[in-house]
Amino acid sequence: MKRYLTRKLAIYILTFFLAVTIDWVIPRFMPGDPVQTMLSRANLRAEAVEVMRGYYLKAFGLDVPVWRQYLNFWVAVFHGDLGVSVYLFPKPVSRVIMEAVPYSLALLIPATVLSWIAGNKFGAFAARRKWLDNTLLPVGYLLNATPYMWLGILLAWAFGIALGWFPIAGAYGFDRTPSLSLGFILDFLWHWFLPFASLFLVQFGGWAIGMRNMVIYELEADYSQYLEALGTPRGLIRRYAFRNALLPQITGLALQLGVIVAGSVVTEIVFSYPGIGYLILQAIQNQDYFLIQGCFLFIIIGVLLANLVVDIVYIVVDPRTRRGMMGES
Amino acid sequence: MHAKWWKVALFGLLTGLLGFFALGQQFPRSETLYISGAAWGPPSDWNPFITWSKANTSGTVGLIYEPLFFYDPLRDELIPWFAESGTWKGENLFEVKLREGLTWQDGVPLTAEDVAFTFELGKKYPAIWFSPMWDYLESVVAVGDRYVEFSFKGTPLYQEFENNLYNIAIVPKHIWEGRTEEEIASGANENPIGSGAYRYHSHSSDRNVYVRNEDWWGIRLLGLKPAPKYIVDIRFASNNVALGSLLKGELDLSNNFLPGIAALVEQGYVKTYLPEPPYMLSANTAVLFLNTTKKPMDDPAFRKALAHAINVDDIIKYAFAGLVERANPTGLLPTLSKYVDREVVEELGFTYDPEKAKMILAEAGYADIDGDGFVEAPDGSKISLEVTCPYGWTDWMEAIRVIAQSARAVGIDLENKTPDYGAWNTALVSGTFDMTLNNWASLSNTPWTLYNLLFNHPIRDTMGSGNFGRYDNPEAFDLVDELAATPVWDTEGMQAICSRIQRIMLTDLPMIPLWYNGLWYQYNDAVWTNFPSAAEDTPHWLPCTWAGYWQMGGLHALFELKPAG
Repeated sequence: MKRYLTRKLAIYILTFFLAVTIDWVIPRFMPGDPVQTMLSRANLRAEAVEVMRGYYLKAFGLDVPVWRQYLNFWVAVFHGDLGVSVYLFPKPVSRVIMEAVPYSLALLIPATVLSWIAGNKFGAFAARRKWLDNTLLPVGYLLNATPYMWLGILLAWAFGIALGWFPIAGAYGFDRTPSLSLGFILDFLWHWFLPFASLFLVQFGGWAIGMRNMVIYELEADYSQYLEALGTPRGLIRRYAFRNALLPQITGLALQLGVIVAGSVVTEIVFSYPGIGYLILQAIQNQDYFLIQGCFLFIIIGVLLANLVVDIVYIVVDPRTRRGMMGES
Repeated sequence: MHAKWWKVALFGLLTGLLGFFALGQQFPRSETLYISGAAWGPPSDWNPFITWSKANTSGTVGLIYEPLFFYDPLRDELIPWFAESGTWKGENLFEVKLREGLTWQDGVPLTAEDVAFTFELGKKYPAIWFSPMWDYLESVVAVGDRYVEFSFKGTPLYQEFENNLYNIAIVPKHIWEGRTEEEIASGANENPIGSGAYRYHSHSSDRNVYVRNEDWWGIRLLGLKPAPKYIVDIRFASNNVALGSLLKGELDLSNNFLPGIAALVEQGYVKTYLPEPPYMLSANTAVLFLNTTKKPMDDPAFRKALAHAINVDDIIKYAFAGLVERANPTGLLPTLSKYVDREVVEELGFTYDPEKAKMILAEAGYADIDGDGFVEAPDGSKISLEVTCPYGWTDWMEAIRVIAQSARAVGIDLENKTPDYGAWNTALVSGTFDMTLNNWASLSNTPWTLYNLLFNHPIRDTMGSGNFGRYDNPEAFDLVDELAATPVWDTEGMQAICSRIQRIMLTDLPMIPLWYNGLWYQYNDAVWTNFPSAAEDTPHWLPCTWAGYWQMGGLHALFELKPAG
């Protein structure tokens, strides 16, 4: 158990280091100079621009050699300091991210968890039920193959523009301020629904199909046949099949997390939903090194942590893994 | 069964809790003005000394903080704001008299000390945008509570000084004097306390909300009161959403660029300042900068040929759907037309004339030697050029397409390219581009603002604020300096200098003014009426909510609004 966890942890740390380094390097390969871009928005006399450029290069720590910037970056990261956003100057990146995180999580967690649960339930239910199988299969494949962005645009067009049932941008109406009140919460849910639905639907299709295939496979397995031959009730056999089929789906969840996060990024962009994804787009457009770094750092940590959780869950739910590790240690 | 009971109970409890809190705070529609078009990013600071981000909290200067004077471009006059008057007492002394009974939003009296303190921040801290003023400012002294004396060493740069009078926002000394340099020059200044007609209410990433200051000094001293109690300044995800919102009457005033607006005005869905083309007032000049350090743009004949080749009417038609006007060849905005020397323009100005362009090229020795349809330079070398603008600026992307097409029509091999903003900006300031569009001189009280952009000098490695084509002409530079030091009341002196600058500019054509970008403005009068427009029975103010425009008529427009119905 211990060895298993240390090995996993070492892999996570290495992944973290590499991912964060790439995250640091890539924005700096973009053409252009963020401070110059920022200053050029203020129309000033030449003298003022020169002085302010020096001041801000220093303020952002961009006046030292690149290797030094890289070292400073790691030191700062371990102090929990992600720097100051250029685009949203003078707001610290950590604060910008903290303000966006609730919106991202409000989309991601319900969409992922609910689609996983509902998809698995529905897939298992549909397996070996002819008319459901005939309808679910094509719809599920279609949904699963739909790019997040495309489905988002489609939903926005159909329910936002054509039918006008839902707003297509923002997290709450322009006539409201956030508060813990019924009016605000309803308004928030109203704005939340379409982005949530587009994330939910794509994932739902994937999980449902995976589960359907797994359950059929399990129902064909020897133990199911044997149980059936013994005259065990169908419901019981299906329950066993379901529990066995669930294991690959958990692995699938771990593998899919990165894709899901990427999906939520584009979904937020489609619906101008003020989460991390929308922030990333703006940070890239404005060449905000620090904000790009911060957002991706957040995603890297988030995905790694979620993977770790899935790894641990796997140990808990699958007795074979547990036994395997017992034998090891 | 148990599980279900539990769920029902929880649901009931939650609903009960929700009901317990009062219904959400909501801005009453009849008291709220919804505006958009200023912000390009989320609000991040309310510091009047950070200038480039002010678009995102454009009300910081004008609504919350106020300058000494306002300026009205339509009448070309300074409006004494909380200064009662400003008088030049000799060439080196300017005296400002403040109104009596001014107060900050926290109730503390606003005095001459606050004004002197604000200007002195520029002396202390070079990172403050107006600190170069202190090259010619000697001192700013408060005399009693109501008088401020500005004294100058040598000749003051009158033009810049007067421009700054309505752009430098005065801050309360009692709040700012304890702050560090970093807080003053680059602090976020959350929960700002100013002197203005509106207070900060709240913000989120896509909006700013302001609420009327019921104790504003202007209500007492000027008898002016802005009509809307709340202003919600929205940053829409896209212009289509802004347009939809405006049509539905959810948005009252939009300063976004909405290309299709002409058709909607004709059908009466929305209204604009002018009832017919170009529908919009002009806000700034789009100038084609030519890189004079590169061949063949270093040749005045080539530049002149290009100027005659560009079909500006097509740009107006295809890129702007008729919403803009062709620029005067001098580039000066209509509000500054008194500084245009018509004789010079008559003699040297250019118009769209491809035949003449071809003729100029042929005379200067540009000919198609290898028969590929494009001319080669007089020395026989191939010419292959690019004209750029940032990717995503759809109107400009279309404009440079027309420019490239026009140039190819007279035999100049010109391609339109749209790099990312960052890459475009780097090429612009480091002088590696061939030709590019730029419009960074904003609407102003003085022609010096435009000339400071066009003839920015001296030539440095990074040209961050003008003269991107690195046109090097000491004579022109001296004239611009002379203009800067000409007293603002000396209109004739200014005209004489402008005329000489225009002669140089139109002879050499180091850059080509093409069209006036519009002051985009469209409104829906379902909830509020009496918006500014050119019509006789409506007020005439610059109806703009962009940064720096609140004090150029934006706030005055709010005084005139009336609730509908």
